[in-house]
Amino acid sequence: MPAPIRLRELIRTIRTARTQAEEREMIQKECAAIRSSFREEDNTYRCRNVAKLLYMHMLGYPAHFGQLECLKLIASQKFTDKRIGYLGAMLLLDERQDVHLLMTNCIKNDLNHSTQYVQGLALCTLGCMGSSEMCRDLAGEVEKLLKTSNSYLRKKAALCAVHVIRKVPELMEMFLPATKNLLNEKNHGVLHTSVVLLTEMCERSPDMLAHFRKVRILRLLRILGRNDDDSSEAMNDILAQVATNTETSKNVGNAILYETVLTIMDIKSESGLRVLAINILGRFLLNNDKNIRYVALTSLLKTVQTDHNAVQRHRSTIVDCLKDLDVSIKRRAMELSFALVNGNNIRGMMKELLYFLDSCEPEFKADCASGIFLAAEKYAPSKRWHIDTIMRVLTTAGSYVRDDAVPNLIQLITNSVEMHAYTVQRLYKAILGDYSQQPLVQVAAWCIGEYGDLLVSGQCEEEEPIQVTEDEVLDILESVLISNMSTSVTRGYALTAIMKLSTRFTCTVNRIKKVVSIYGSSIDVELQQRAVEYNALFKKYDHMRSALLERMPVMEKVTTNGPTEIVQTNGETEPAPLETKPPPSGPQPTSQANDLLDLLGGNDITPVIPTAPTSKPASAGGELLDLLGDINLTGAPAAAPAPASVPQISQPPFLLDGLSSQPLFNDIATGIPSITAYSKNGLKIEFTFERSNTNPSVTVITIQASNSTELDMTDFVFQAAVPKTFQLQLLSPSSSIVPAFNTGTITQVIKVLNPQKQQLRMRIKLTYNHKGSAMQDLAEVNNFPPQSWQ
Amino acid sequence: MYTRIQHPLHLSMQFMLLFSRQGKLRLQKWYVPLSDKEKKKITRELVQTVLARKPKMCSFLEWRDLKIVYKRYASLYFCCAIEDQDNELITLEIIHRYVELLDKYFGSVCELDIIFNFEKAYFILDEFLLGGEVQETSKKNVLKAIEQADLLQESQNEEWGGLSEDIL
Repeated sequence: MPAPIRLRELIRTIRTARTQAEEREMIQKECAAIRSSFREEDNTYRCRNVAKLLYMHMLGYPAHFGQLECLKLIASQKFTDKRIGYLGAMLLLDERQDVHLLMTNCIKNDLNHSTQYVQGLALCTLGCMGSSEMCRDLAGEVEKLLKTSNSYLRKKAALCAVHVIRKVPELMEMFLPATKNLLNEKNHGVLHTSVVLLTEMCERSPDMLAHFRKVRILRLLRILGRNDDDSSEAMNDILAQVATNTETSKNVGNAILYETVLTIMDIKSESGLRVLAINILGRFLLNNDKNIRYVALTSLLKTVQTDHNAVQRHRSTIVDCLKDLDVSIKRRAMELSFALVNGNNIRGMMKELLYFLDSCEPEFKADCASGIFLAAEKYAPSKRWHIDTIMRVLTTAGSYVRDDAVPNLIQLITNSVEMHAYTVQRLYKAILGDYSQQPLVQVAAWCIGEYGDLLVSGQCEEEEPIQVTEDEVLDILESVLISNMSTSVTRGYALTAIMKLSTRFTCTVNRIKKVVSIYGSSIDVELQQRAVEYNALFKKYDHMRSALLERMPVMEKVTTNGPTEIVQTNGETEPAPLETKPPPSGPQPTSQANDLLDLLGGNDITPVIPTAPTSKPASAGGELLDLLGDINLTGAPAAAPAPASVPQISQPPFLLDGLSSQPLFNDIATGIPSITAYSKNGLKIEFTFERSNTNPSVTVITIQASNSTELDMTDFVFQAAVPKTFQLQLLSPSSSIVPAFNTGTITQVIKVLNPQKQQLRMRIKLTYNHKGSAMQDLAEVNNFPPQSWQ
Repeated sequence: MYTRIQHPLHLSMQFMLLFSRQGKLRLQKWYVPLSDKEKKKITRELVQTVLARKPKMCSFLEWRDLKIVYKRYASLYFCCAIEDQDNELITLEIIHRYVELLDKYFGSVCELDIIFNFEKAYFILDEFLLGGEVQETSKKNVLKAIEQADLLQESQNEEWGGLSEDIL
């Protein structure tokens, strides 16, 4: 029987195959030869055959018929056999295979072998893929080897023990005695692996102590100091020293520095140290190596809520990263930039972010646009600026804007009464050249329909008024109607706009009538219905037409959050008045108001207008209470008895926490520590706070919901209720999906009006779908820091 | 405080893959138990993802719930999967150290060396890492151990008979 073909020969042969089919043929031929060789129990060449099998396995071909052969090799006395056998075991015999356990006895024998390299093979294999049963059976042998005088074996045994402990945590106890000696290790290799072992043990049981080195030491420090003030304090000096003395010319230095930063962030370090850590990250941002910039941005993102001011100092560097070539770096820079926007830097930041929106990849545009809208809503220095910013977003990234942006923008525009003429003029100019971006066209159509009269009369104050005739306006609206780039929804907007103009224009009513009647036979059912109804308006209800198509009143800001109107508040533009503005123009008999809703309802752009025109904050709170179950509010106005008598110096328990995370530098009025309002079942909601610069009774809370489970949470709805003396306003969420594995968050803004400076309390209700079932939870948030409401 | 994912049983490295620019696998070391089918799926997806990266991109990417650290050396991609709380920069160092070891052992290592001597690449890796953790920080010691083990193998083959040629 000729000797089986050599391994390298086979590899060479297989590589000459020119097609997949040719390769498969060669493999099959060789596998057949190997199988018959196995059948003949050929001991001499078994390892050669298994080695070839492993090569073919790596190419993707099945190799299960070699599993038992690996066991035979392991049991052989020849070192070559064992080497290949254990390699084969690690590749083919994971714990899911039935024959896995047959290894146990062999490994046991080899752990006690006279040759250290054989013992090493056994330790390595056990430590790589030993199942729980195997670990249980062999833990004793490993423990013995931990105490051997052979440092080569001690080193491996330590890591093998780590694996054993991970598989069978209860076995940790039995390794404790051996570890005491590991503390005094002189051999560096053993020291290193011992640290890993001790780290693992400390993570599971906090009462351990140890000695260590460089990164592993720091990792251990991280764990030790995590919840322990004394250890943390002792470590401050060490960490500061490491941080300042580490040489960063080589990547190793940076890696150590990075580990130091991670450690500082993890333990209860004093704020000076945290600032040092953030400054290290800031320096990383300037590093040429993009990997270092990337880890810096990632870490800064994790810390921006708690160490906001320190991170702010690096804002310009972060903003520069928006221009980076690497996509992941850009994304992080964008997220970080949004986190750093505040009332003081909004103008500058928005310039950068708008430029970014213009030039970034499409995958970013939707998120960037949403972020810009959110930031603009929170910090807009003026109405004109707000509208200009929105216009800019609509014109540069119009097709990427989310659907819910359109009604929000319409609401904003409606409520900015003095800007109507300016807005409609700008929107008109924007769509004149290009009416392909649907959200832009929808908003424009709506505005033209509402304020077309201002457009043609050239009333604009903010900029040079343009000369537009009624016909020209109708031209553009009709073009939108006809264009095959317009979606059905957009067409609906355009048609309704044209109809509204029938009461605002004077010369072109006949043209409008004609257009409307044409669409009475449109194939699009939605369009057809509208046209027919508008036709009816012209023919039979002409006396009602002007009333029905009147200018929209200033809308109440309602949440677009859930199916019911959750919290009613006053219009958000003036903080002071607590009553609704009555509709600005004309009589509004309630029956006609209802007709108005019916006629123009079903129009998905109209925000819900409450049927009771004046809101009663108390009763709105009442509905809310019904919705969320009863909150005992009788005690609330007085908060707790003690604070009532000592109003300013009350000492709620969280005051101390507030101090320890107080930043050293206070160049911005805010600096209120954030809180975790809710954390359950993998869902975590964090609140960050800001006080309004213009109104001290307003607190702006930004909530961030994150999901650490392995499945997304969908249809996520956040609702909130506050005691009677407060007013609540919930703005739209950034989305309704909380992605799994903390890969993203839902952001939402809550504005709380607290004129009586009562202690803030809140009840929240969360509903979402997760793992196929509907989830719901109620919780009370009581840990608001005093700076958020005092 | 960081928002950390709690992994009570974390392994520093979950797996390491070496593959060519055409996506051919040259080495696979798994430190977590997975079925053959799952391993194939992960390999296929990850190889695709990494090969799609442009040269200017950084060496880290997020994939499923893992962090992937990769680096290309000539025609070979070295790709490691680590968990969320692990240090990416250190992992890059680990990859680099492994390449240095291969280089010292084979003398100016190239992909062909890994292809034709894959079993030796595994042996070297197993002297450097154990269970996903670094077992020896000294290059010298790793290489010495491999040298000794090779000698042991040769001397046994001689004993058995024939030249100390490659038994494989």
